Amino acid sequence: MPNPVHEPPRAMNDARPPAAAATAPSPMRQSYRDALREALRAALHADPRVFLMGEDVGRYGGSYAVSKGLLEEFGPERIRDTPLAESAFVGAGIGAAIGGLRPIVEIMTVNFSLLALDQIMNNAATYSHMSGGQIHVPLVIRLATGAGRQLGAQHSHSLEGWYAHIPGLRIAVPATIDDARCMLAAALASPDPVLLFEHAALYNLEGERTPGLTAVDIDHAAVRRPGRDLSLITYGGSLPKCLAAAERLAEQGVDVEVIDLRSLRPLDDAAIMDSVRRTRRALVVDEGWRSGSLAAEITTRIVEQAFYDLDAPVARVCTAEVPIPYAKHLEDAALPSPERIVAAVRGVLGRGEAG
Amino acid sequence: MSAAPEALVTREHGLALLGEMLRIRAFEDRCYRLYGELKIRGFLHLCNGEEAVAVGAMRALGPDDAIVSTYREHGHALARGVPMTAVMAELYGKQSGCSRGRGGSMHLFDVAKRFYGGNAIVAGGLPVAVGLALAQKLRSATGLTACFFGDGAVAEGEFHESLNLAALWRLPVLFLCENNLYGMGTALDRAESEVDVAAKARGYRLEAAAVDGMDVFAVEAAVARAAAAIRAGAGPALLELRTYRFRAHSMFDPQLYRDKAEIDAWQKKGPLITLTTRMKAAGLMTEDDYRRLDAAAAAEVDAAVAFAEAAPWEPIADLERFVYAEPGA
Repeated sequence: MPNPVHEPPRAMNDARPPAAAATAPSPMRQSYRDALREALRAALHADPRVFLMGEDVGRYGGSYAVSKGLLEEFGPERIRDTPLAESAFVGAGIGAAIGGLRPIVEIMTVNFSLLALDQIMNNAATYSHMSGGQIHVPLVIRLATGAGRQLGAQHSHSLEGWYAHIPGLRIAVPATIDDARCMLAAALASPDPVLLFEHAALYNLEGERTPGLTAVDIDHAAVRRPGRDLSLITYGGSLPKCLAAAERLAEQGVDVEVIDLRSLRPLDDAAIMDSVRRTRRALVVDEGWRSGSLAAEITTRIVEQAFYDLDAPVARVCTAEVPIPYAKHLEDAALPSPERIVAAVRGVLGRGEAG
Repeated sequence: MSAAPEALVTREHGLALLGEMLRIRAFEDRCYRLYGELKIRGFLHLCNGEEAVAVGAMRALGPDDAIVSTYREHGHALARGVPMTAVMAELYGKQSGCSRGRGGSMHLFDVAKRFYGGNAIVAGGLPVAVGLALAQKLRSATGLTACFFGDGAVAEGEFHESLNLAALWRLPVLFLCENNLYGMGTALDRAESEVDVAAKARGYRLEAAAVDGMDVFAVEAAVARAAAAIRAGAGPALLELRTYRFRAHSMFDPQLYRDKAEIDAWQKKGPLITLTTRMKAAGLMTEDDYRRLDAAAAAEVDAAVAFAEAAPWEPIADLERFVYAEPGA
C-alpha cells in the first residue's frame, strides 16, 4: 500500500496565484484534508451515534492523514481500526446503520471498494426497496478516488461513475474546501447510504473557506465560475483543472462557465440545463473512462433535454481507456488536463488551435 | 454433538414445538403445489427436513434479538412470528406481502420482528449481522444477533472476515450454520479441505459446537446455552446444526448429485419423526395430538392462501417507491 502522507505536497490546484501561498497563512485558508478532519470532528461531537471505522484510521491516523489525532480525542470505540477485510467492515457498517448507529466507513482507495462491492451493491443499495421500505441504511462511506500521483493501475481509478449507476445509493463529491468541511454532515443526515468520493490529488489543496458557512446540501450542483460562451460540466478532482482552463481561456477572450456537479446521484439536471441553455455549448470533463461513463450519461441528458438549445455538439474530455500507468508522462497523458480541456473548448467553439 | 436435556421434554413444550414445525411443513408443501400452479414464481427454496433448526433456534431467542437469514428462510420467518399471511402474500408478489411484493421468497423482511432478510448472496448476511451486533454492543442493548447461513457459505471470504471481526471485537453474534451437506449440488467434502465447520470457527477463537439439527430439543438447548453465554459477555459463538433438506435445492433441480437411498435414510431421522417418536415413547403425546396440530396447520395455510389470493397488487405507479427513504420514514 502507498504511504501518501509522506509525499511532498504537489502544486496547489486552486485558482489563486502562487504568490498568495508564500505569504503568512490567513486563518480563513484551510487545506482540503484539514477541512475533512474538521467535518469528522464536528460530526463525532454532534452525535454520539457517529463513529468512524476503516483500515488504519486510528493509530496510523488515516492513510491520507484525514483522521490524524481523532483516536486520541474520541477513543478506540469511535475511531475503529479494522482488519483488511473490506467486505466485513463495510457490511458491519450497514448492519450498524440498520441497528441505529451512524457509521462513517473509510475505504482507503476506491479500487479496494471492489472487495466490498457485494455489500454496497447487494445490501446497502437494495435493503430499502427490497424490504418494501422497512429498512433504511444511513451509512456514509468515504473513499479516496482518482489518479495523478503515479500510484499505478490498482490505486488510481475513478469508479464513482460506476457507483452512480446504482439506484439506492447517493453519490456526493466534495471538490472545494467548503464542501470538504460541510458535506459530511449532510451525508450523515441522509437516511440512505451516501458515498463521498474524495479525490486523492485534492487532499493538499488549500483554499478559502467561506465565513459563516456551516451547512451545504448534497442535492445540487454549483456554478463555480459564471460564464457566457460554454458550460464546463465537471466534479471532484477535475474541478481545479477546469477552473485553470477557464482562466487561460479568459485570457484568450473565451468566457466559460464551470459547473461543479457535487452530486453524481442524483444528478442536478435543472442546473445543468439552465447553464447549457444560457451558454448553448457544453463540454463534460470526467476522470472516468469515456465508454459507459458518467460523462456519457450527462451528455445524453443534455441531448434529451436541451438539444434544440445547442449551437454545437456536446463534447467530452475523459481519461484514456487504459489502466492508469505508472510513468508520469504516461499518466499525465491519460488524464484530463487544463491543456486538453482548453483545446476541447476551442474545438466546440469552432476555433481550432489556440492563438 | 450436544444432546437435549430431558427437562425440556414436557407435553406442552413438545407439542408447541411440533405445532410450529408442522406449520412450516404444511406451508412449504403448499408452496410446492402453488409453484406448479404458477401462483408462485421466481426461485423457491424449500426447507423441508430442516424445520427443527428454525423452530429450535427461534424458541431459544428473544424479541430483542435480531435475525439475519438466507434465501431458504420461510421456516425461519414463520418460526420467528412473521405472520404466515404476510409470507404467503409475499410469495404471491402482493402488496400485503411482508416486503410489499418486492422481495419474494428469497427476501422476506419484518422489522417489527427484527427479521432482517432474506439475503440471497451466500454469506452476504454475515457482515451485516456483525454490524447489527456492533450496534447492540455500542448501544448497550440486551439483544444479540443470530445469523443463519448454509454450509456453502463457509467457503466464502465473508464467512472468514465476519467470524474474525466478531471475535476480534467480542460482539454478541450467534452464527448458526445450517449444514444440510450440500451447497446447492456440491457436497461439503467436495468444496472444503476441512469439513468440520466448528473447527474453522475455533480457529478464530469462537466457542463452537456441532448439534444434531434433526432434534428440535437439542437445537433449542444448544442455542439457549450459546445465547446465554453471549449475553453474559462471552463474545460470539457458532453452532453447526447438522440437518438435511428433503426436497430439491430449488424448483429447477433434478438432484443428480445425491442418491435416493441417502434421502430415504435421512427421512427416517427427520425432525417430525424424531420428535414424535420420542414424545410417544415417553407417553407425552398421542396420534390424536398429531392429527389435531396437523389440521390446525393446514387450516392456517388455507387461510394464508385465501389472504394472498385476495390481497391487492402494488400499483405499478408505485414501482419506484422505497428505493430511497420516503419523507417522514
